[in-house]
Amino acid sequence: MTEPLLDVQGLTMRFGGLLAVDGVDLTAERNRITALIGPNGAGKTTIFNCLTGFYKPTAGRLLLRHPTRGPIELQTLKGYGVARTGVVRTFQNIRLFPSMTVLENLLVAQHQALMPRSVFSLAGLLNLKGWRAAEEAAVDTARDWLRRLDLLAVADEEAGNLSYGMQRRVEIARAMSTNPLLLCLDEPAAGLNPRETRALAELLAGIRAEHGIGILLIEHDMGLVMDISDHIFVVDHGARIAAGTPAEIRNDERVIKAYLGEPDADDAAHAGGDAH
Amino acid sequence: MAAPIPSPTGPAMPFVHRLREAVIAGLVAMALAVPFLGLRTVNLDQGLVVQANLAYVPLAGAVVFLGRLILGLLAAPLAKAAAPLATWRPPAGAQRLRPWGGPLLVLAAAALPFLPFANRYVIDLGTTALIYILLATGLNITVGLAGLLDLGFAAFYAIGAYTCALTTTQLHWGFWPALAAGGLASSLFAVLLSLPILRLRGDYLAIVTLGFGEITRIVILNWQGLTGGPNGVSGIARPTLFSLTFDRRAPAGGHTFSEVTGIAYAPEHRLIFLYLIILALTALAAYTVARLRRLPIGRAWEALREDEIACRSLGINPTMVKVSAYATGALMGGLAGCFFAARQGFVSPESFGFMESATILAIVVLGGMGSQAGVIIAALFIVVLPELARGFADYRMLAFGLAMILIMIWKPGGLLSGRLPTIRLSNAKPKPVAEAA
Amino acid sequence: MGFTLAVGTFLQHLINGLTLGAIYGLIAIGYTMVYGIIRMINFAHGEIYMIGAFIAVTTFTLLLGAGVTSVPLALVIVLAISCTFTAAYGWTIERVAYRPLRTAPKLAPFISAIGMSILLQNFVMLTQGARSKSLPPVMTGGITLWHDGDFSLGLTNIQMFIILLTVALMAGFTLVINRTALGRAQRACEQDRTMAALLGINVDRTISLTFVLGAGLAAVAGVMVTLYYGVIDFYIGFLAGMKAFTAAVLGGIGSLPGAMLGGLLIGLIEAFFSGYVSSAYKDVAAFSILILVLVVRPSGLLGRPDIEKV
Ligand SMILES: Nc1ncnc2c1ncn2[C@@H]1O[C@H](COP(=O)(O)OP(=O)(O)OP(=O)(O)O)[C@@H](O)[C@H]1O
Ligand SMILES: [Mg+2]
Repeated sequence: MTEPLLDVQGLTMRFGGLLAVDGVDLTAERNRITALIGPNGAGKTTIFNCLTGFYKPTAGRLLLRHPTRGPIELQTLKGYGVARTGVVRTFQNIRLFPSMTVLENLLVAQHQALMPRSVFSLAGLLNLKGWRAAEEAAVDTARDWLRRLDLLAVADEEAGNLSYGMQRRVEIARAMSTNPLLLCLDEPAAGLNPRETRALAELLAGIRAEHGIGILLIEHDMGLVMDISDHIFVVDHGARIAAGTPAEIRNDERVIKAYLGEPDADDAAHAGGDAH
Repeated sequence: MAAPIPSPTGPAMPFVHRLREAVIAGLVAMALAVPFLGLRTVNLDQGLVVQANLAYVPLAGAVVFLGRLILGLLAAPLAKAAAPLATWRPPAGAQRLRPWGGPLLVLAAAALPFLPFANRYVIDLGTTALIYILLATGLNITVGLAGLLDLGFAAFYAIGAYTCALTTTQLHWGFWPALAAGGLASSLFAVLLSLPILRLRGDYLAIVTLGFGEITRIVILNWQGLTGGPNGVSGIARPTLFSLTFDRRAPAGGHTFSEVTGIAYAPEHRLIFLYLIILALTALAAYTVARLRRLPIGRAWEALREDEIACRSLGINPTMVKVSAYATGALMGGLAGCFFAARQGFVSPESFGFMESATILAIVVLGGMGSQAGVIIAALFIVVLPELARGFADYRMLAFGLAMILIMIWKPGGLLSGRLPTIRLSNAKPKPVAEAA
Repeated sequence: MGFTLAVGTFLQHLINGLTLGAIYGLIAIGYTMVYGIIRMINFAHGEIYMIGAFIAVTTFTLLLGAGVTSVPLALVIVLAISCTFTAAYGWTIERVAYRPLRTAPKLAPFISAIGMSILLQNFVMLTQGARSKSLPPVMTGGITLWHDGDFSLGLTNIQMFIILLTVALMAGFTLVINRTALGRAQRACEQDRTMAALLGINVDRTISLTFVLGAGLAAVAGVMVTLYYGVIDFYIGFLAGMKAFTAAVLGGIGSLPGAMLGGLLIGLIEAFFSGYVSSAYKDVAAFSILILVLVVRPSGLLGRPDIEKV
């Protein structure tokens, strides 16, 4: 590991008079889980929105070191262009295609790969062999992720009808079906029960071990964060206030101070600690 | 303080309440009836005079009172009786028959002109219904699949029709090349129009499409030199079968269908031929849409309808998806327009007003957005119902408007509102390795 | 001389445009209020205006027959009767065709509204006949502001009446929306209907009142158009409705001042474009400007931009 996969420098996002993100630096590496934590309203989701092309940052540089395409400045890309470089996200308030089935959700995610294989839909319209093979491969990819996330049984259900925990898993499966380089998860454990959270931790550890991709994780569940992160960045009021390993962060005074006013987060940290 | 009036369909509403509701409804009806049923302005030579037919007022009140009361009393038992219908699902075996439904329907439709009861009138009506099915199949892509409300679809219909009219009369093209040109011109127009407005969302998009529809109509109406203005274009080439015409006499250097086949000339042949052409076009369009839904582009259309932001987060370019949806829908609208022009032999701007767009949209929504079977049922309903009501001549449009309201209240999602998945994991061939594991 | 003539012509178009714009603006308010509160395009609103115009014609004819000669008295009676009955139509339409669809998919009420529009048009055609109705001029006279040879710049009494009444209604309306409990209830329902209901606002009644008010204003517009042109038929609601709806969107749908501004702009564009360029293409000009404005400002001139929350 020489240079990090993602290198964010001086990221700043201003909404009118509100400075939501203030010169944040952070990095994410392959085969690592990097956590981004901070109290409510700290600017974490805004950082994701800038990173994934939903907001145009006021200032800053978002450098992705792509293994084949070389260095890419993400802030110069159009919204959908970012996902095409392999930076794929999930949303804090789940965004599935609710009346499509789970399997269809995962196939839409493979649009980029499938589109050329359907040769402007012509090969697909004529149902040519090359297209059929491509579609089967896409279904296989989807099936693998459904199996890993224990969603096989609901593959043909409408995504919008599933329980909250399942919908969160579908969103992760959908993001992984795109074969990403950097997976950005916005509070994936929110609303999950302890058992589901444990399964999530195992899944993320598994992805880290097997897929050679980077994971960037926003999470309020401190137990989960301390448990599986390799590196943690802490933001408060838009600014980065600390960075380090879980052990370092746990004892960082500024972090404790930032969270002290927030009994919720404090509780979460205790609850997480007990889960070991 | 007025007590809240309970819902009229509530099961446990006491009779007094129903009575009260019905009385209120009757009184309101009487009030509404006064200026229109009770008083009539009549044009006489010396100017307007008002005639009073006040007897209509209590009549209207009584009809509404009784209707309301009876409906209220019947609502609960009717809903109970209809409950099994709502939850009815076709038996498991029917699943396998599904793929055969389309071809069987096309075969049955193709046989229609040869059935004993099929006279000119039936074939003509069938042709009109098929034109609307084709139009609505196209609009269904934009509205039903991609979720982009389009209130100006008749513009694409018009462009197809005028392209056909002008290429055959000015450039002396035959019907078939003109058909292709009509579809392509419409499609191209859709691409050009949609590019600047894709940023708009929802209702703003709707009003802009309405604007484009009107602009197209007004330009056609006023560009006398090209389109003939309100007089329209006549003498449009009729379709030919391998260059055989369906006229009584062959044109110079050509042959007629009856000469070559030896079948005695009959004017119905042309009607049947037209019917079969539009049936083939419509069947092809429906098949194409069914296939497209299973392709990445079709799935992207539906995904865009569901959540544009999620689409972007997966690397899908919403602009391309929207433009392709407009272009594909317009292609079908253009084909329908071109066929329409060739069938009539004449086009004029009044066939492409806003009511036409609204009718096509109504077919899509009444049928159940995104559903091809729904489009067919709704198109038949919209074309055939006013014909059936011919006996009531003047009242048919009134009944038509009323029916649209009632169907929406009865089935707000359209007649066939369920969405069929484009693929099922249980049907997909599993990977052999996975089976072994 | 040529210059002053040019100015005179310009002013005449301006006056005509303002009059037309006032009428469009009054109809547009109905679209915008309904859209604001239930996010629905009340497609039948143009027919409401047409109904208002028909009731005006009937009432005027009755009054003339009864020998009422005082114009102000006739106007007051006609306005009162037309507004009352038209408002009853507005109330009924919401109750019958839209309220059952309040939780339905977005397009269902829209299709129901198209059905309602067809129904009302044909209802009026059947009951009142398809031929156009023309009234003898009720209000005549006016003032000549300026004249020069053949050209004279005039402001008719009808135009004055239309513009003044519109200004008064607008002022009154703004007060209602900003100051009264009804206005507050309306704004609350716009923000969050469920929450408003939980806080004890009678949502159904607020929505009904919105329709009633919108229909009342449309009826005023109907009376004005009856006076101004003297001829109406069962089909006038369609075009006027479409223009007014365009005006509402141009101004920013959901915004009251926006509707008025949009109405004025559409009226002025029509008048000036017909006067200086081509009357055949006046609607093309109106729609083109709408499209241009929306491309630059996707939520209209005075509409609040809706932020895309991620
Ligand atoms: N589009 C926007 N326009 C204006 N302000 C915004 C916008 N998006 C976010 N903000 C503001 O930026 C600040 C940071 O919000 P953000 O959603 O990034 O916080 P967060 O760290 O994700 O919080 P949480 O843990 O609650 O999800 C907040 O004050 C928020 O109101
Ligand atoms: Mg957040």
